[in-house]
Amino acid sequence: MKKFHGIAALVAASFTGAAIATADENAELVINGDIEIVTKTAAPAHLSDALDEVMSGWRFRSDQTQSMQMDDFDNPGMLGAENGAEIWATADGTEGKSCADCHGAPEEMAGVKAVYPKWNEEAGEVRTLQMQVNDCRENRMGAEPWGYDKSDAIDVEALLASVSRGMPVNVAIDGPAQEAWEKGKEIYYTRFGQLELSCANCHEDNYGNMIRADHLSQGQINGFPTYRLKNTKLNGAHSRFKGCIRDTRAETFSPGSPEFVALELYVASRGNGLSVEGPSVRN
Amino acid sequence: MKRTTITLFALLAGLGMANAETVAPADVTYEDGAIAQSLTGVAGNPTEGAKVISTKSLGNCVACHEITDLADVPFHGEVGPLLDGAGDRWSEAELRGIVANAKMMFEGSMMPSFYKTDGFIRLGNAYTGKAHEGEVEPLLTAQQIEDVVAYLMTLQ
Ligand code: HEC
Ligand code: HEC
Ligand code: HEC
Repeated sequence: MKKFHGIAALVAASFTGAAIATADENAELVINGDIEIVTKTAAPAHLSDALDEVMSGWRFRSDQTQSMQMDDFDNPGMLGAENGAEIWATADGTEGKSCADCHGAPEEMAGVKAVYPKWNEEAGEVRTLQMQVNDCRENRMGAEPWGYDKSDAIDVEALLASVSRGMPVNVAIDGPAQEAWEKGKEIYYTRFGQLELSCANCHEDNYGNMIRADHLSQGQINGFPTYRLKNTKLNGAHSRFKGCIRDTRAETFSPGSPEFVALELYVASRGNGLSVEGPSVRN
Repeated sequence: MKRTTITLFALLAGLGMANAETVAPADVTYEDGAIAQSLTGVAGNPTEGAKVISTKSLGNCVACHEITDLADVPFHGEVGPLLDGAGDRWSEAELRGIVANAKMMFEGSMMPSFYKTDGFIRLGNAYTGKAHEGEVEPLLTAQQIEDVVAYLMTLQ
């Protein structure tokens, strides 16, 4: 069982004389009074020796940050999704086609985000959603691929996430995807950099604890892309991974690298059973 | 006025580094996780130690530890144990060992090794995310370790 230090955090906050807004870890998330989001559920079988329950990062944020995600009008990340919808309907590239020409309305893609990263049989590789979209751009539209985690790519990913909200994350980790999954798992438990810290040190062993002014979550990615109040834009999961590894005083990996594709598959699988909730709001 | 003292101190610390008595990270001997001998031969300064402990760009120990004595420093973490009374629980040699390389005392500890220069995976150039090049500096200097230990000894 995990120990929680909610009370200790409150005591520490008053004792340092600074108000750390602690989260209500028991709050439930319903978006627009309509879409029910599972933010806490039993850990998937592959994780049961490490965790009993998995929790969305939403649970660890302050009341105010939490409430921004409860209504699309208050969620700044939805502006990105709206821009994504515009891109979706706009023809681009030498073929003069838009995403909508082949895929119809964005809602037709409901459920897609929930199963990515996913093995692509033809290409013989695990693909993230952004890799798949770029494949359509390059090979079906004759358009330039977007830079990884850059604004157009993130806005379309936010659109595709938004139409899957409330559906359970369910990435496949067996069969041909297993090799990448194992590689991602190895990265997750590697203690990088001069501080020798792994993802697990912070997000498995210490979620619920404060590290300086930060309330550690489980580092789940069911809420990505995520609008961060800190940099006031939508952020991709790989950019977050990059920042977390950099903070261990390590040479980090790049967004879109094979290492981060594998890590995304593995981290996504740790959240199997949580709802897709992107675009989310975090601090 | 204040600046002069700091510069003077930095100078002294610099001299301490060059001093033949400074033990390099690779030459430190641990006994049951403790280091008996001072790393510099110069007595630690507890005031400087407190500064190292609470400053983000230095030890940033408060990121993980709460210390009641430093209550005016905002945001103490709760990853490691409360350090109140550390000077009671541990000898000076043990504290020196814990601060220099906590993994010698606590196997697999999450606590970073502050006086170690090898064995890292994908060592970066500080917090730039880029690869490290050239000689590796420990997270804290030998004298900073002594200062931190001197401060911890006051937590009785
Ligand atoms: C010329 C046709 C065409 C265009 C234009 C096109 N796609 Fe595709 N797309 C396909 C085909 C064909 C597939 C593979 C079959 C499938 O899964 O539907 C696919 C697959 C996908 C998938 C994976 C679906 C899944 O279930 O795994 C996503 C996501 C996607 N496209 C997004 C986009 C986006 C975003 C754009 C515009 C930037 C776009 N596509 C433009 C034809 C197209
Ligand atoms: C030194 C501690 C530390 C390490 C090591 C670390 N993280 Fe984080 N991470 C944080 C903090 C602090 C935050 C912001 C608060 C939170 O959501 O936990 C964060 C946030 C995240 C988030 C955003 C969660 C959300 O809901 O928005 C993800 C995803 C994440 N980390 C993944 C990782 C992965 C993967 C690794 C390893 C490659 C890693 N982290 C390593 C400290 C760390
Ligand atoms: C990333 C987290 C982290 C940081 C940073 C950190 N520590 Fe620790 N420390 C720990 C943990 C965790 C333990 C508990 C030992 C264990 O079982 O791993 C510990 C144990 C200790 C102990 C022994 C605990 C006791 O009182 O019985 C001392 C003393 C100590 N740390 C001092 C420091 C000092 C001084 C610094 C900064 C120079 C520091 N720590 C930085 C995590 C940290």
